[in-house]
Amino acid sequence: MNCDEVIHELSNFLDGELSTAAAEELESHLDECSECKLVVNQTKKTIELYCDSEPVELPTEVRNRLHDALKKKFSETRP
Amino acid sequence: MAVLCANFRTETIGAGLIFSPQLSVSAPNPHRLPSTVAREDEHLLVAAAKKGDLAAFEELVSRYERKIFRLTMNITGNREDAEDAMQDAFLKSYSHLNTFHGDSRFYTWLVRIAANEALMRLRKRRPNQFSLDEPIAGDEDLIPRELQDWGPGPEQRFAQTEMREILSSVIEELEPEYRMVFVLRDIEELSTEDTASALGLSVPAVKSRLLRARLKLRQKLNRYFQQGGAN
Repeated sequence: MNCDEVIHELSNFLDGELSTAAAEELESHLDECSECKLVVNQTKKTIELYCDSEPVELPTEVRNRLHDALKKKFSETRP
Repeated sequence: MAVLCANFRTETIGAGLIFSPQLSVSAPNPHRLPSTVAREDEHLLVAAAKKGDLAAFEELVSRYERKIFRLTMNITGNREDAEDAMQDAFLKSYSHLNTFHGDSRFYTWLVRIAANEALMRLRKRRPNQFSLDEPIAGDEDLIPRELQDWGPGPEQRFAQTEMREILSSVIEELEPEYRMVFVLRDIEELSTEDTASALGLSVPAVKSRLLRARLKLRQKLNRYFQQGGAN
């Protein structure tokens, strides 16, 4: 596997969607190529950072507006 | 195959180690299950809500309102639109609850509604600026540039609030056609198939855009994380 092929398969590799043989081939390329390893590691870290980012607390006025709208909707649909 | 954030979160590679080109890299285990405890009783709440239990529906709203607001903010990049899209998504999900048959998680169904609401507002605000149907650029733009070491884990170098601002500002720079796919797939944890269905794209198109989105984000984050970079 060359550098271009590694980049093309990067998502499949990170998502665990490569066959065992292809994943091993990619990993052995990474053992030899520090640039591809850097890209793979940093891309993985990028996903991890976004995955781990906690949603902010909803501002009180936004939450109140949402729940007021829900209550209104509930009252409209009640028999 | 559904691949979730948890696959990345549960990796045991140390934050500092992950940046070293000398160390080995392993793909995440695709068979790990997401660890969200909340989903365990989600179906019970949905069943109760369908029978008219309003408190159960409010519990679902309270459980997911922050995540749905993050989703609509990430897609629209506009606070007012994000608020409206979130509110309408919850109202529509309530109105159409009887059409939800439990083929997916309720949250997945809700994300699809919210993504649609957010997308409609983004299109309204930026007419003719993007189309999800447009063919993507050729392969030449895939080649990564700017290969600087990020040094020790960015989590250690940036406070949580600062990191949140960096991530938010960087994703906002991403073109909507890539941003939508990244948000649904990597942040909201939809499967490739669900992402494709939500956006009206083919599975190969989602995969292709996701790869580009991930590479583009990595490159944009270089600005902040490279050793000696802006921080």
